[in-house]
Amino acid sequence: MFSFFEKIGDHGLYYLEQAGRMGLFLLACVWRMVTPPYKLFPAVRQIHFIGARSIFVILFTGGFTGMVLALQGYYTLRKFGSEGLLGAAVALSLIRELGPVLAALMVVGRAGSAITAEIGIMRNSEQIDALECMAIDPCRYLMVPKFIAGIVSLPLLTAVFDMVGILGGYLVGVMMLGVNGGTYFQGMYSSVDWNDIEMGLVKSLVFGLLIVWIATAKGYFLHWERSGGFGAEGVSRTTTSAVVLASVTVLVWDYLLSAIML
Amino acid sequence: MTVKQEKQFSSARIAIELVDVKKSFGNQQVLSGVNLQVEEGTTTVIVGASGQGKSVILKHMLGLMKPDAGQIKVFGQDVASASRRQLKEIRKDFGVLFQNVALFDSMTIYDNVALPLRERTEAGEEEIRANVEEKLNMMDLHGVHEKFPAQISGGMQKRVGLARALVLDPKIVFFDEPTTGLDVLKSNEIYRLFHDTQARLRYTAVIVSHDVPKIFKLSDRVALLAEGVIQSSISPEEFQRSDNPLIRHFVETTMGPIYSSEKEETAPL
Repeated sequence: MFSFFEKIGDHGLYYLEQAGRMGLFLLACVWRMVTPPYKLFPAVRQIHFIGARSIFVILFTGGFTGMVLALQGYYTLRKFGSEGLLGAAVALSLIRELGPVLAALMVVGRAGSAITAEIGIMRNSEQIDALECMAIDPCRYLMVPKFIAGIVSLPLLTAVFDMVGILGGYLVGVMMLGVNGGTYFQGMYSSVDWNDIEMGLVKSLVFGLLIVWIATAKGYFLHWERSGGFGAEGVSRTTTSAVVLASVTVLVWDYLLSAIML
Repeated sequence: MTVKQEKQFSSARIAIELVDVKKSFGNQQVLSGVNLQVEEGTTTVIVGASGQGKSVILKHMLGLMKPDAGQIKVFGQDVASASRRQLKEIRKDFGVLFQNVALFDSMTIYDNVALPLRERTEAGEEEIRANVEEKLNMMDLHGVHEKFPAQISGGMQKRVGLARALVLDPKIVFFDEPTTGLDVLKSNEIYRLFHDTQARLRYTAVIVSHDVPKIFKLSDRVALLAEGVIQSSISPEEFQRSDNPLIRHFVETTMGPIYSSEKEETAPL
C-alpha cells in the first residue's frame, strides 16, 4: 500500500518538476526574444520552415474543412429553411474556432514534431552542450528564432486556412448545392465582426507560442525524460509525446480562450 | 628548447583547480572528493578505467554539471557557483573537442568552424573567412568546406572539431577521448595536430583519454582517477615509477608489466 502511494507521489513530483522546468524555459526564451541582440535572418529561415512550408497542408485541409462545413451546414440549415445563413455559419465556424485549431494541429504534426526531433537529436549528440561550451546561448541561438516564427506564422496560416475554407464552402454551397452567391457573402458580411476576427487572431498567436514552447522544451529536456530519452528510440518517443501534449494543449487552451473571450 | 621545456620554465599560474569535488548519481557516488590542479600552458591527462567518472570531471570543469559539493575554479572563478552570465564569460576561454565531436550536422564544415566567430565576435565575413581558412589549413583540411559532417571520415570530423575548438584561440582546450573510434594512423595524426597547435597557440590542455601509453608522450601531468578520487597528478615518468598500488595496477593492466619508459620514447606520434 505504501509503495502505491509512494509511486503516485513520485510521479506527481516528476511531473511537477517537469512543469517547473518547462515554465522556466518558456520565461527564459521569451526574455531572450524581447531583449537584444535581435537577429533577423535565423527568424526568417524558421518562418520559412514553420510557415511557408506548411502552406500546402493548410490549403488542403482548409479547403476540405470549408467544403465539409458547407455540405453539413447546408443539410442542417435546410431543415429550418435557413440556407441563406450558410455563408455566416461557415465563416463564423472557421474564423472563431476551426481555423485557429485545425491550422495549429496541422503545424503540430508538420513542424512541431520536426522541431522536437531536431532539438532532441542535438541534445543527444552533445550539439547543445557544444553550443554552451562555446558560450553561445542555446535558447537565444536555437529557440528564439523558432518562437518568433511560431508567433508570426500561426496567425498568417490561420488567415490562409480561413480564406481557403470560405472559398471551399463557396464551392460546395454555391456552385454545387445552389445557394445564392450574393446571399453566401452577404450573410458572412453581416454576421462576422471584429470580435470574431480578434478571437481567431488571439487564439492563433497563443497556439503558435504553445506549439513551439512544447516542441522545443521536449527536445531540449530530452535527457530528463523519465522513459529514457536516449538514442533514436528516445527521440522518437519524445517526439510522439510532444505531438500528443501539444495537440491536447491546443484543444484545452482553445476552450479556455473561448470561455474567456466570449 | 622544446615547447615542453619552455613550459616547465614558465611561471606556474593555476588555470584550473578542483577542490574536494563530490558528485553522486542516485546512490552511486562517482566523485568522492576530487582534488586537482592544472597549471597554465601545460597538458594534463586524466586517465582511469572506464566508468570511473573521467568525463564527469570534464563536464564539471565545463560547467555542464554541478557538483554536490566542492569548488571548480577556472582562473580563480568558481564554475560551480557561477551565475549563467558568469559561466558564459568563463566559457569564452574554452575550446572543447567532444568524444563524438558534436559537429552541427545540418551545417557545412565551413559554417561549423565559422559559427563561434559569427556568434561571439563582431568580425565581418571576410575576416571570418580568413580565420576559418587558417584553422582548416592548420588541420590539413582542404576542399571540404562545403561538405556536411556526415560526408567526411571520422578522422576528418575530429580535425574539424579541433579547428572549431581552436578558432577563437582559447586559453584552455578540453579533449574528451580525442582518438576514440580512430585507427592508429588517424590517432597519430590527431596527436600530431594537437602537438603542433599547442606549440603554436600555447593553450592549457586537459585531456581525458584511455590511449595509454601513447598519450603520456604529450602530457606534462598524468592524473589517475580511481575509487572516486584523483590518486596522483604527476609527470608521466613519475607515474610509471609510482609505488601507489592503484597506479601500479593501472600501469600494469594498460601497459603490461614489461613496459619501460625507454620503449615509449621511440613510440611514433
